[in-house]
Amino acid sequence: MKNQGCNLSPGTKWLGKWNRNPYRVIKKIGEGATGSVYLVATRAGQAAVKIGENKLSLTSEINVLRHFSKVQGNVLGPSLLDVDDIEISGESYPFFCMEYLNGDSLLSFIQKKGTEWAPVLLVQLLGDLDRLHREGWVFGDLKPDNIIVTGPPFRIRWFDVGGTTKIGRAVKEYTEFYDRGYWGLGDRKAEPSYDLFAAAMILIHCIHQSRFEKPRDNKNPLEFLIKQMNSEPSLRPFKKVLTAALKGKYKDAQLMKKDVMAAIENRSGFERQPVSSPAPNIKKSRRNRTAPPPRKIREKSKSYRVEIVLTASFLFLSSILYLVGQWM
Amino acid sequence: MSGGKIRQILLLTDGCSNQGEDPAAVAAYAYEKGITVNVIGIIDEGAGKDHGMKEVDEISKSGGGVSQVVYASQLSQTVQMVTRQAMTQTLQGVVHNELRHILGEEREMEDLPPEKRGEVMEIVDDLGETVNLEVLILVDTSASMKPKLPMVQEALADLSISLHSRTGKNHFALFLFPGKRKDADKAADWTANINELTGTFQRLTTGGVTPTGPALKTALRYFEKRLGKRSLKAYEARDLPIEESGM
Repeated sequence: MKNQGCNLSPGTKWLGKWNRNPYRVIKKIGEGATGSVYLVATRAGQAAVKIGENKLSLTSEINVLRHFSKVQGNVLGPSLLDVDDIEISGESYPFFCMEYLNGDSLLSFIQKKGTEWAPVLLVQLLGDLDRLHREGWVFGDLKPDNIIVTGPPFRIRWFDVGGTTKIGRAVKEYTEFYDRGYWGLGDRKAEPSYDLFAAAMILIHCIHQSRFEKPRDNKNPLEFLIKQMNSEPSLRPFKKVLTAALKGKYKDAQLMKKDVMAAIENRSGFERQPVSSPAPNIKKSRRNRTAPPPRKIREKSKSYRVEIVLTASFLFLSSILYLVGQWM
Repeated sequence: MSGGKIRQILLLTDGCSNQGEDPAAVAAYAYEKGITVNVIGIIDEGAGKDHGMKEVDEISKSGGGVSQVVYASQLSQTVQMVTRQAMTQTLQGVVHNELRHILGEEREMEDLPPEKRGEVMEIVDDLGETVNLEVLILVDTSASMKPKLPMVQEALADLSISLHSRTGKNHFALFLFPGKRKDADKAADWTANINELTGTFQRLTTGGVTPTGPALKTALRYFEKRLGKRSLKAYEARDLPIEESGM
């Protein structure tokens, strides 16, 4: 049901039907479920424009962006610059213009920079989710494709907010892998724990570098997910946090964020105190790393002593022999 | 509008009908009665999507509903999406008509400036969340469907998760066709719990013919029995597939 009219070639110019703002297409940068996204030149510089597939397709996304732009210091989505209609061969289509977020998608960023970025970006994500939830919204369709990393300084940003839902309602848009309903671990009611489940799955996906299928006739999907976590050594420090998130134990993003941060600090040995969690592996390795050096020093001093004793006794013996020789 | 109600028939089939009247005609009649007909065409992995598309599209278009042709593996997400889309479509139709009433015949929703359109959509969203929903699920169990039935069962369980996450109430009934002696058999009566229906798939015998038209007719008749006299009278005056009470 894709319409052909929405394929604008670079250089195409148009005027908004209601607000009469001029636009010029630079290139097409994406294709979503509800419309196509273009990089455009506007009076105020470069921006992104999303053109809807049909007359009503973008309205809920625009409504969400409009709500967000009322939030102070909006970082929740791209800022909304203009909402208007475009006429393509006699038909009118809705479009909106937003800030152009230039960066890598979450997965390609992690592929380039390394998986150690994944937990750090998760902390950022949880901070943003906390703000969003406090505003009374749930992101809904949270997945790596909807997250972009801009910078440096590197910062995650959301750019497709079409699935954002008021808390207490039913989530309408979701992607199975990140949906707790699909895994049989909860309903699709929009509540903070719904997003936190998706956030946990995002970390698993980022470190696993692949999405796995739910096995058919699987009686215990949670066990299956935990097995997936165990198979990846760099996920082990986060096993406790992730399991709690998958079970829906966190009531808000702030609590999960704190635990992710604690797990990061544990893992990289920032902390002196060993913390109860899944630390045994780490503790052992740290002891292995730190214990050997003193022994080496002691060995060194012992060998000094031996040498001194040997030299002394050699000198002593040779002096006695010399004296005996003299005396004879 | 807390007492509003949306009525849908959801038809899941994998092929062309080969017995009885034209299903599209029955669907068109159902729409006149205030019931939308949605169709999901299930095809074998690897088969082209054009196969059977025409009939599926025709039935849903005349039934005022939504259709989608998918592989069995994508069924879960599709079933809930089609149900949702059809609800929104119905509600948009209602709001649209109300608007015409206020703004005059010539005005369409897209004639509104974008801000106003957003407000209208918010109303549609609100209604979609709170409206009560009745879905009669009609499943093709002809021989070729047999390997796909576990996926159908899973998809229906998934649909229930989505719908029960809403504020509005849901009721489901399940019919299978072809029936043992009739065109379609009732497998489960109206219930709020869809998981009750899916148990019936286990003891299922699959038949040879695909009487989609007559089966739809049976489903429609059963739906009407539920509507009763009072609401039937209400339908004489209006052709919208929604009943408003307690605005």
